[in-house]
Amino acid sequence: MLQIIRERWRQGFRTGEFPKEEPLMPPRFRGLPLFKQECPPGCDRVCETLCPSSACKQVDGRMVLDLGRCLFCADCPACPHGGITFGNNYRLGARQRQDLLYSGGEYPLAQPLEPARLKLFGRSFKLRQVSAGGCNGCEADCNVLGTLVFDLGRFGIQFVASPRHADGLLLTGPVTENMRSAVLDTYEAMPAPKIVIAVGACGINGGPFSHSSEVSQGLDSLLPVDLYVPGCPPHPYTILDGLLRLLDRR
Amino acid sequence: MKDLNPKLLKNGEAIPLESVATLDFDDFSDCLLAEVRKQGRVVACFGVPAAGEGSELELFALVARDRNACVAVYRTRIGERFPSLTPNCPQMHFFEREIAEQYGVVPEGHPWLKPLRFHNAWRPGADAWGRPADQHPRSGEMEFYRVDGEGVHEVAVGPVHAGIIEPGHFRFQCYGEKVMHLEISLGYQHRGIERMLQNGPHPATMAQMETIAGDTSIGHGLAHCQVLEALSGCEVPAKAQSIRALALELERLANHVGDIGALAGDVGFLPTFSYCGRLRGDYLNLTAALCGSRFGRGLVRPGGVLFDLDPALAGEMLARLKGIEGNTMGALELFFDASSVLSRFEGRGRLSRSVAEDLGLVGVAAKACGVPRDSRFFHPTGVYRHLFDDLITEETGDAMARARMRSREITVSIELLRRIGTTLPEGPIRAPVGPLKGDALAIALVEGWRGEVVHVGLTGGDGRLRRYKIVDPSFHNWSGLAMAMRDEQISDFPLCNKSFNLSYCGFDL
Ligand code: SF4
Ligand code: SF4
Repeated sequence: MLQIIRERWRQGFRTGEFPKEEPLMPPRFRGLPLFKQECPPGCDRVCETLCPSSACKQVDGRMVLDLGRCLFCADCPACPHGGITFGNNYRLGARQRQDLLYSGGEYPLAQPLEPARLKLFGRSFKLRQVSAGGCNGCEADCNVLGTLVFDLGRFGIQFVASPRHADGLLLTGPVTENMRSAVLDTYEAMPAPKIVIAVGACGINGGPFSHSSEVSQGLDSLLPVDLYVPGCPPHPYTILDGLLRLLDRR
Repeated sequence: MKDLNPKLLKNGEAIPLESVATLDFDDFSDCLLAEVRKQGRVVACFGVPAAGEGSELELFALVARDRNACVAVYRTRIGERFPSLTPNCPQMHFFEREIAEQYGVVPEGHPWLKPLRFHNAWRPGADAWGRPADQHPRSGEMEFYRVDGEGVHEVAVGPVHAGIIEPGHFRFQCYGEKVMHLEISLGYQHRGIERMLQNGPHPATMAQMETIAGDTSIGHGLAHCQVLEALSGCEVPAKAQSIRALALELERLANHVGDIGALAGDVGFLPTFSYCGRLRGDYLNLTAALCGSRFGRGLVRPGGVLFDLDPALAGEMLARLKGIEGNTMGALELFFDASSVLSRFEGRGRLSRSVAEDLGLVGVAAKACGVPRDSRFFHPTGVYRHLFDDLITEETGDAMARARMRSREITVSIELLRRIGTTLPEGPIRAPVGPLKGDALAIALVEGWRGEVVHVGLTGGDGRLRRYKIVDPSFHNWSGLAMAMRDEQISDFPLCNKSFNLSYCGFDL
């Protein structure tokens, strides 16, 4: 017992000050993209073919990057003119699919739920997580929210075992053929009103596997999605930030 | 007299396909069984449609001879049906089921011929189970093994489990609380990765390799790069080798520490549970300091690595490691000193050494049964050639042994990190990778944190991948979990399961 107390003392207090203080991202972290310039005249839209995820498009001389498809690659080959770099901004959660089409400037961060659902869930929000073909990266970054550093419970958010106890479905993975019915069953089993959250490139648009016939092209082809959290995987703070914005806590 | 001596290759080496003789099936089978009797391990076995004509399938089997640091390659041809090797060589059981599922051929006499991942065969119209070819098979639709009798009941769990965990289906045959048999049916995470690699590598391939099992991004990413480097004859610079090893050990540390925390949580020992949950993040953050991603995404690329480690960053990482190390040791000590914890783990989910060998288990699960398996030791590449000599095993084969294995590997990995970090060579971190040689075969064995990750690349005449085989350690080890549950209390399943902590997506591909 003494040993346990001594060790407890030594390990110290570790819960982060988030959301009062901004978390410190590592210098090499790849968050919200920064666009250096307008596309040079005469560029023949190579980005549209170079990005393996088809995340880039040139629209009216500006690059538009679909953050729902983007994998935040360290060696992003998309713009040979050096037009894309990734910045340190980890806040990426958005409410609408089209909000993820980003071409610089202010990013349309997730707005809170509408008053009726906010009133219900704002102070107590129970989530059922389902992994449907995820690589266990997004899953791990959801799981980690329960550890002391993030301490999800202090915001009244909790992952629960049964869909019957859940207010929302948090989905990761590209929804494989083999998981499709289980995802829909889980959704059905939740009492209304319900919330659906797609975490990670996979859940939003198939992620690295979008070329496969074994996966769906995004959860919103199956269910209405209330919150999109881009990334492969998103940083835990990206997920937490999205959840808190949804609940009007940031 | 026929020459049946196989072609041998080393980890990270490529050989021309023509140097591998095609044997009659009988010779193939005799050779394979003889290898396995001499402690060979089937590290990969896969089919590939024979070039050109007809519906024949070429079959490749790669058997590791650990003591000689090499892999023997066997090759044969099969038609629609072939005699199963599984009855004489249990290691083959999943490989044969996989071949049956992928190509619609039947290994005759296979004692347990069921689908593995529930997808359509890759050859149109073929199906080993005669299922309609125009519909996607339904996951979990197969004949489960069943025990009948008074007091016998069945418990079915999943695919969706309680908690944040990947999907899989477990069927227990129980007598009272006691498990007589557990059958595990997976495939829910099947994304068709091997199939997407045909004619690759494609631009999306590297991202897919890093997400075969996202908790083993470095392990799988590295294996893939080593295959491409072997096939293109690329020499990876020394500094890149060091950075790769550093990342691989960080990945091991994060996961092992997390696993011990999860084990503690499972038996309600909260101090270690909470410390380890946080400490796992500290190791992940070290990886993020190196490459921006906590899982090491984007670090390893063919030819080397994308991110340099200068002495200042290396120093900073080592300094941070020192602090984390102290807390890790404290958390582990609490765990292994608490008699209430020990009594929950000792004797649970015991596997014998012979079962582990027969099933071809790898990694932590094998080493916990006293079976020496570690490709860093037996098939070293890069810095492991001169830095790694700590082959650890445990004897008891139970959940406790698996926990101890992790704890001891944590100590070794921290020491390795320090040695790598203080002896970083100078120089470039990436070498150019040329086109892949045509008609060649290459293998990479990487000791990921769960165990040996195996990738095999086979190119066609055009230098594109004709077949790419991926074997996650979980491919072998799920059978170990099923065997470990025999005669256990069903209530101990979560604990036993966690002591293996296998990958669903790594298996499902
Ligand atoms: S980071 Fe990757 S996915 Fe995103 S635009 Fe660049 S290449 Fe495409
Ligand atoms: S988005 Fe990326 S990290 Fe998340 S499950 Fe998909 S592949 Fe894994």
